[in-house]
Amino acid sequence: MIDKSHIGHEFPSHSAVVEVGRLRFFAKATGNDDPIYTDASAARAAGYPALPAPPSFLFCLNNEKPDPLHWIDELGLDLGRMLHGEQLFVYFADVCAGDELTFTTSVANIYDKKNGALEFVVRKTRVTNQDGVHVADLQNTTVQRNG
Amino acid sequence: MSITFESINVGSELPALDVPPITRTTLALFAGASGDHNPIHIDLDFAREAGQEDVFAHGMLTMAYLGRLLTGWVPQRQLRSFNLRFLGITHLQDALSCTGTVIEKLEEGGEKLVRVEVASCDQQDNRKAVGEALIVFP
Repeated sequence: MIDKSHIGHEFPSHSAVVEVGRLRFFAKATGNDDPIYTDASAARAAGYPALPAPPSFLFCLNNEKPDPLHWIDELGLDLGRMLHGEQLFVYFADVCAGDELTFTTSVANIYDKKNGALEFVVRKTRVTNQDGVHVADLQNTTVQRNG
Repeated sequence: MSITFESINVGSELPALDVPPITRTTLALFAGASGDHNPIHIDLDFAREAGQEDVFAHGMLTMAYLGRLLTGWVPQRQLRSFNLRFLGITHLQDALSCTGTVIEKLEEGGEKLVRVEVASCDQQDNRKAVGEALIVFP
């Protein structure tokens, strides 16, 4: 069983820059041909200062650290038995190319179902930009299948 | 022509987004672009050792497709929240159909809001993920 004493644990914050090339690569990989996500002039015409980060992109930059899977070992999970259970984004302000974001994640909850056959880890992440503006919150629920 | 709050009814459907079948290339590109390098999605040997028959799609690939569904309907700036619950694994060669339905219209704190249920289904109409988006209208 995953040790519930990890509830409340805060991981070290990390920062990541929203890069134009990365946004274009993400648009390509997700089949997004809306020009506001790849063409700066189309983005500006839509009222953005630069290419906007699409709705689920903050999840990507949340992985942008030297060892993004380290938390799995830290909490004693097994990568091969893990599934993504649920993902939430709450948006407070635009995120665009050039922004430097800081991600601060903590363990919000750990619980199990079916007598421990399924274990759940809920992590919450607060995202702020270079001006200290709180731009978004993320919440990730990971499921581990036991047995 | 942008969509107005008044023109939307509970039960209104968003224009559906049909995605081409998922290939190994799709998953390799998404692993790189998303930064999710979990080998279960790209390394057949790892997936087999973990008891899977094959690699399978990242949940966040589906969420990116559903994000496209939403931003194809309203400007992204109108999006207040977006959540998705994964119900089943999306496999190679699955052709996802992404749909959205308005389930609630509400006015809260002087704001006009619309709640949309989003879902992805495979070619056999199995629901793979379901969630909600809250969208604000001027």
